[in-house]
Amino acid sequence: MTMGAGEKFLQMLAVMAIFVAVLAVVLVLTSRVRSTVGRFLQTTAFLLPAGLLLLLGLLYPAVRTVVESFRDRASREWVGLANYERIFTDDALLVVLRNTAVWVILTPILATGIGLIYAVLIDRSRFERFAKALIFLPMAISLVGASLIWKFVYAYRGTEQAQIGLANQILKGLGFDTYRFISDPPWNTVFLIVILIWVQAGFAMTVLSAAIKAIPDDIVEAARLDGVGGWRMFRHITVPSIQPSLIVVLTTITIATLKVFDIVRTTTGGNFETSVLAYEFYNQGFRAFDNGLGAALAVVLFALVVPVVVYNVRQMRKVEAR
Amino acid sequence: MTAATPVPQAAIGARVGVAEESKKRLSSPWASLAAIVIAVLWTVPTAGLLVTSIRPVEDINTSGWWSFFTDPNVTLDNYRAVFTGNEVGLSTYLINSIVITLPAVVIPITLAVMAAYAFAWMKFRGSNLLFVAVFALQIVPIQVTMIPLLSLYVNPPFGLPQLAGPNAPGGGFYTIWLSHSMFALPLAIFLLHNFMREIPGELVESARVDGAGHVQIFTRIMLPLMTPAIAAFAIFQFLWVWNDLLVALVFGGGSLNISPMTVRLAELSGTRDSDWHLLSAGAFVSLIIPLIVFLALQRYFVRGLLAGSVKG
Repeated sequence: MTMGAGEKFLQMLAVMAIFVAVLAVVLVLTSRVRSTVGRFLQTTAFLLPAGLLLLLGLLYPAVRTVVESFRDRASREWVGLANYERIFTDDALLVVLRNTAVWVILTPILATGIGLIYAVLIDRSRFERFAKALIFLPMAISLVGASLIWKFVYAYRGTEQAQIGLANQILKGLGFDTYRFISDPPWNTVFLIVILIWVQAGFAMTVLSAAIKAIPDDIVEAARLDGVGGWRMFRHITVPSIQPSLIVVLTTITIATLKVFDIVRTTTGGNFETSVLAYEFYNQGFRAFDNGLGAALAVVLFALVVPVVVYNVRQMRKVEAR
Repeated sequence: MTAATPVPQAAIGARVGVAEESKKRLSSPWASLAAIVIAVLWTVPTAGLLVTSIRPVEDINTSGWWSFFTDPNVTLDNYRAVFTGNEVGLSTYLINSIVITLPAVVIPITLAVMAAYAFAWMKFRGSNLLFVAVFALQIVPIQVTMIPLLSLYVNPPFGLPQLAGPNAPGGGFYTIWLSHSMFALPLAIFLLHNFMREIPGELVESARVDGAGHVQIFTRIMLPLMTPAIAAFAIFQFLWVWNDLLVALVFGGGSLNISPMTVRLAELSGTRDSDWHLLSAGAFVSLIIPLIVFLALQRYFVRGLLAGSVKG
């Protein structure tokens, strides 16, 4: 069944209209009742829709995934820890784990580092707003779009041919042979990581720039009167003052990196030894239809994300408390 | 998690004098150079793709986009090709992106504002515990929910209608709308609750004394006051849904009839790897809408960002 454009818009409008109408009717009806029962009904009306969705869409499936990670590919027989054993012994899956580790180490550090340096460099310069917008824009576009942009930068042609990719044009200009940035392991993973750094640096810069501007004046002044400037100011005043924000940024980017999927899918489709945990989950669960292994990969991802989120939230509390 | 804490506005104003002085000390030629290098690295890749999208196919395949500046040939053929040609059919996917995004922004935010109101201003037993539970759900990566959620859509219990598959109502959009709504709720409720707690309690109290019920307080006092916060979160949800690939791939059931532009572009990137005239124009169509929204509402975006609107 194929739908035309008009029918699709109609579906969309109908869904939103029904949604709003149902909510309005429920709210009006419950607001009529003024008693203990009425108060209970009102609270239910405000909470129940969201509560049901959370229960059905997050809580139940999450528990179910954990259960299925102990079953076979069709979710029929119990297999104990076999799926997990495979993740940590299978050669291809070990490459996935190694890649994930490389992503998680490089991306947060480099994106935060570049964001921080840039925020300091342009702080209170004449072009600050414009300079920020340049770094900021990649945040608005999809990872699919960012991947295409960089895939074009990396485009490969033989050395003797005219180049269409900027990276290989530069290599050629410097007298080197052209290079397959995307399909030559193991370095291709690093070149894919560049894409995520390119996207995330803007986030780091925005948050850190705000933190830098919030450093109390008297601290900066006092240091300056003591003759501190330039690098030492950065090292001993700026960085320690914004440390909680730095950690929030680092951990937030770590979480985003653990879930990276779009970049691998768009550039290599997981080939050339570039797969990562979040991609392999999709690959096993929805393309190889191995429910058990897919679920186990999701659980491993979950286990890696939890400590980072907990730490992130605690640091965020600290930033707010200041 | 207040919106304003990281940047006390008054402090910035008071610092201008010091700022002038510190500028001299911090800026050196090397610092400026480093800033310019970063700015160039962050701009040139996008510029390259944009320039490519307006060059003729023959030029794209025989020379780098930088030759455009010495030999400028401009054409809109690539854009025409992605929209009207039968190789890409981008208009279908543009429509799908819009049809997916609007309800997936409106529905979760409406539900989240209501739940946030209940947590902030309605007294009921177990409200704290429930709120902590919602907060904790933020840590669940959506991947953890996807396999069982899909089978729930395909084989729903209690004889409920199937939401995915060939006989799905609405061609299958419901699964995508529902999934995006579910995944957005924990963060949305949490953030909106924090904004809502900042509204002075006296306002609510005096309205209550005047005989207003929760529904009146919610619609007449809270919603208007919450508009900036709602806008901030709406932008995030918009960008998240518009730019999403995973949810659309998994719950779109691989049916291109309801796929958004991201799915189509990712697919083209694999199958028409070297057709840069199509990829560049297609990519730009998909980028331009979030970029416009983003630039127009940047103020709210930064506000949301500093309040912690980053999907965990």
